[in-house]
Amino acid sequence: MQRSPYPYWFVLPAAVVFVTLFLVPTVASLWFSLTRWDLYTASFIGLDNFRQFFSEQNLTLGLGNTVIYAVLTSATKTVCGLLLAVLLTSGIWGQSFLRTVVFFPVLVSTIGVGITFTVLMHPTKGLFNVGLAAIGLHGPGWLTDASLALYSVALVDLWKGVGLATLIYIAGLAAISPDYYEAARIDGATRVQQFWRVTVPLVQPATVTVITLSLIGGLRSFDLIWAMTKGGPGFSSDVLASVIYKQYQAGFYGLSTAGNVILFALIATIILPLTWWFNRKEVDL
Amino acid sequence: MKFIPSAALLAAITLTAGLAQAETTVSVLLDNNAEVLAAFDALSKAYMAKHPDVKFDVEQRPGGADGDNLVKTRLSTGEMADIFDYNSGSLFQALKPEVSLADLTDLPGQANVIDSFKPVVTSVDGKVRGIPFGPAMGGGIYYSKKIYADLGLTVPTTWAEFMANNEKIKAAGKVAVAQTYGDTWSSQLFVLADFYNVAQASPTFAADYTGNKAKYATSPAAMAGFQHLEDVFKAGYLNPDFGAAKFDDGMKMVATGEAGHYPMLTFGLGSVKQNEPDNVNDVGFFAQPGDDAAHNGLTVWMPTSLYAPAGSKNLDVVKDFFNYVASKEGCELMEATNGATGPYLIKGCALPKDVPASVADMLPYFQKDGGTLPALEFLSPIKGPNLEQITVAVGSGITSAADGAKQYDQDVEKQAKQLGLPNW
Amino acid sequence: MTRRQYWTGIIATVLALVIFVVPFVFIAFTAVKDKAQASHLDFTWPLQFLFWQNLVDVVSTRNYMLLLAYFNSSIITVGAVAMLILFGAMVGYVLQRRQSRWNKVIFGCVLAGLIIPPAVVPTIWVMQGLGLFKTIWGMVFIQVAYGLAFSVLLYRSFIATIPRDLDEAARIDGARPLQIFLRVILPLLKPVTVTLIVVQSIAIFNDFTNPLYYLPGKENVTVQLTLFNFQSQFSTQFNLLFMNILLVTIPPLIVFIFFNRQIVAGMTAGAVKG
Repeated sequence: MQRSPYPYWFVLPAAVVFVTLFLVPTVASLWFSLTRWDLYTASFIGLDNFRQFFSEQNLTLGLGNTVIYAVLTSATKTVCGLLLAVLLTSGIWGQSFLRTVVFFPVLVSTIGVGITFTVLMHPTKGLFNVGLAAIGLHGPGWLTDASLALYSVALVDLWKGVGLATLIYIAGLAAISPDYYEAARIDGATRVQQFWRVTVPLVQPATVTVITLSLIGGLRSFDLIWAMTKGGPGFSSDVLASVIYKQYQAGFYGLSTAGNVILFALIATIILPLTWWFNRKEVDL
Repeated sequence: MKFIPSAALLAAITLTAGLAQAETTVSVLLDNNAEVLAAFDALSKAYMAKHPDVKFDVEQRPGGADGDNLVKTRLSTGEMADIFDYNSGSLFQALKPEVSLADLTDLPGQANVIDSFKPVVTSVDGKVRGIPFGPAMGGGIYYSKKIYADLGLTVPTTWAEFMANNEKIKAAGKVAVAQTYGDTWSSQLFVLADFYNVAQASPTFAADYTGNKAKYATSPAAMAGFQHLEDVFKAGYLNPDFGAAKFDDGMKMVATGEAGHYPMLTFGLGSVKQNEPDNVNDVGFFAQPGDDAAHNGLTVWMPTSLYAPAGSKNLDVVKDFFNYVASKEGCELMEATNGATGPYLIKGCALPKDVPASVADMLPYFQKDGGTLPALEFLSPIKGPNLEQITVAVGSGITSAADGAKQYDQDVEKQAKQLGLPNW
Repeated sequence: MTRRQYWTGIIATVLALVIFVVPFVFIAFTAVKDKAQASHLDFTWPLQFLFWQNLVDVVSTRNYMLLLAYFNSSIITVGAVAMLILFGAMVGYVLQRRQSRWNKVIFGCVLAGLIIPPAVVPTIWVMQGLGLFKTIWGMVFIQVAYGLAFSVLLYRSFIATIPRDLDEAARIDGARPLQIFLRVILPLLKPVTVTLIVVQSIAIFNDFTNPLYYLPGKENVTVQLTLFNFQSQFSTQFNLLFMNILLVTIPPLIVFIFFNRQIVAGMTAGAVKG
C-alpha cells in the first residue's frame, strides 16, 4: 500500500502539547465537579454541585445572560463586519485609513479597553453622558443601570471585536473572483442584488469562521465583563464565565468546575449542531 | 599548564557560591495598597540595616477578590512567597490555615501581640498562624464637620436621628449619603458595621449564626443593615453617580463638604491624607447608630496579618523578621510611616498625642467599657463571598432588603458547607 | 473614484473618527495630564503636557519593571506564534486533506479546545510535574495549547480553497510529504498566516489571565500585569494608568503596521488567483 501524502505524524507535535496541557487537566477536572473540593481534599458528593448551581437564582440568571450576550455580540459582529468589509473594499475615499482605524481597537488589550470605557461610560463625568447632555439628552447609567449594563458591555465588545470580523471578511471577499460580479452585472443585477446573490453566498466560509469564533468567544466571554462591571451591579451582568470565576475565587472549587462543565455543555449544544449544519452546507457548495 | 588557572577559577566560583548561600533572599507577596507597601518597605529596610545578609524580594498582587484567588492558587500549588499579607478572621479561615500556613504559636514576638487579636488568626487546631500588620479599624460613618456646623447638626446616636440629619442635608442641597458601588466592597459597610447593634439586640447571634440557628432573613436585628441600604436609596439621599463612584471619590466628597456622610472603615482617612491633605481635619467619625441611644458602640475590624506558608524554606529568617514586625519598635515605625489611623494591637505601642479629628472621634469608643465589638467576620468563620454583590443590588434598588437577606443566607450556607462546619 | 465613492468615504471617515478615534484621543490626553486633572476623568484639553515626565514615571516604576515585562512578553509571543503557525498548519492540512475516522477525533479535539474553558489548578499540577510551571517556556506551551484550535480551524478552512491538484503534481514530481507541505502548501497559506500572526500575537501579548495563573513571580512579569501598578483596590493614578495603556499598546501597533501592507498584498494576490 502506498503511503499517504498526508501522514498522521504531522499532527504529533500539536497533539503532544494539546493533550498534556489541555486534555489531561480537563479530564481531571471532570472528576472534581462531582466533589466538594478545597484544593487539599476532595470528598465525593455526586451531583450536588449541579443541583446547587441550578437552585440558585443568580446562577441561572447568569446562564440566560450568557446566551443573550453571545448571540447579540456574534450577530452584530457578523452583520457589521460584513457591511464594513464590503464598504472598505468598494474603493471609497480614505479606504486604507479606514481599514487601519477599524482594526485599531483589536490591538488594545481587553483590560485597557475595559478601563477606558468604564471611564467613558461614567454616569455623570463620562464622555458618553457629557456628550449627550451637550445636545440636551439625559444619558443613562450605562454600566450602573441593572437593565442596561450587559448591553453596554456588549456594545464595547462589538467596538473592540468588529475589526477582526471585518478583516476576516475582507480576506473572504478578496477570494471571490470578480468574474461572478461581472456575470451578475451582465445579467442586470443591481448592487443590492449582487450583494445578496453573489457576495453573501460566496463569502460563506468567512461567515462560518466569524459566527463560530464570535459565538464561542461570546459564550466564554469573561475579560471584558470582568474589567467593566465584574458582573454587576449586583448580579445583573453576570455571565457563566464570571459566575465560575467568582465561585473559584470564593474557594468553591467543586462548584466552579461544575460550572465549567455546564458552560461546556451549553457551548456544545449550541456550536455542535451549528458546525454540523455549516459543514453540510460546505459540501453542498 | 592550563589546568592551574581553571582550578583557581573553580575555587573562586565555589567561594563566591558559598558566600552567596550565606545571603538569604526572602520572597514577599503583598497587595498593592500604597500604605501596605510603604509600611513593609520601611520595616524591611530597617530590618536589613541590622541584618545585611537578608534581602527582601517584594511582588505585588491585585487586591480584592482577584487577590483572594491568587493567594489561594499560590498556596494550594505550593508556590506561595515566604511572606504574604491577607485578611484575618473568616477570610483567613477559608485558606485552610491548619494545612497551608506555618505555625507561629511559639514565636517570641507573639508575647507583644494583644491577646484579643490572636483568635482571629488561630486555625481550628488552636495554633496561632499570623501576626498583625497595621492598625485596627472602626467601621462606621464619616461625616463632614463643615456641613454639620453649617446646618447645626449633632452627631446621631440612633438611626432615626441619622435619617433626620440626612433629610436636613438633602434639603440644604447637598448629598446626604455618599455611596461608591464602583468599588463593590465599599457597599457592605451598612450591613457589616451594624454588627455592634445586632449583638446588642441578640447577644448570641454570632454563635447561633455559626451553628446554623440564626439567619439574616429571620432576625429583625440582623436584617436592619440590609434595610438601611434600601432606605437611603429610596429616600434619594445618594450621590447621582453612586453606581460608578469609587472609594476615593467617597472620601473626597465627605472631606470637601460635598456630601454629609460616607459609611466606611477608618482606614479611609489615608485617602484624604494623600489626595486632599488640607481637609484632613474636616472629617469626623461616628459609629453606625442603632435603635437605642443607650447602647451606642463601634464595630471593629482587626488588622490584616502577615503569614508564612507551611514548608517555607526560609522560615527561620521569616520568623525572626516577624518578631521585629511585632515589636514595639516595628509598630512605631509603621505608625511613623503611615500616620496614626487607628490603634495598633502591639503592647506598649501607643498612638501619638496629636491625631486627626476623625481618629480622635474613634478613640472614646475604645476607652469605654464594652464600647467596641469585633465585626461578625472575626467572631464566626463564615462570611458569604457574594455579600458585596448582594449589598450593591439592595443599595441600588435592584433587590429588596428582604430578598437580599435571603440571598445572603443562601450564600452563607454554601460557605459553611465548604468549610465542613457541623449542623449545616 | 466616483463622486459616490468620494462622499461615502468622507462620511465614513467622519463617523470612524468619532467612534474609533475619540476613545484613543481620550487615552492620549489623559496620559499626559497631571494627576489632579486626570482624576476628573473628563474629555478636556490637558492643562499641562507631562508626556515625558509621565513616561519616565511609568517606565521607571518598580525598578524598570515595564522593560522586563516587554522582554518577557515578546519572547512568549514570538515563541508561541511560531509554533502555532507551524503546528496549526500541519494539523489543518492533514485534517482537510485526509478523510478517515481519525478526522472526527481530531476535529472533536479542535472543538473541545475552542469550547472548554481551561481547568486552572489541574493544569498547574501537570506543569509542576513537568517542571514547566513558572517558566517562560511553560507559558509558551500553554499559549500554544490554548491557541491551537483557532489556528487549526482557520487553516483548515483556507486549505480547502487550495486545489488538491497542486499536491498531486508535487507528489508526481517525487516530493515527500514534508517537502510538499513546506514548499508548496505553506507559501500559499501566506494570507492566512499573516492574519494569524497579527491576531495571535496580539491576543498573546495582551493576555492577562493566563500569565496571572501560570507565570507567577516578579521576574516573570508580563505587560498586562504592569497595569496593576497604578490601580489598587483603594486608589488609581489615572494619568499613569493611561500612559501605561498607551505604552503597552505600542508593540501590537508595530506588528500591525509592519504586517498591514502584507495583509493587503496577500489578499490582493489571493483575489487575482481567484
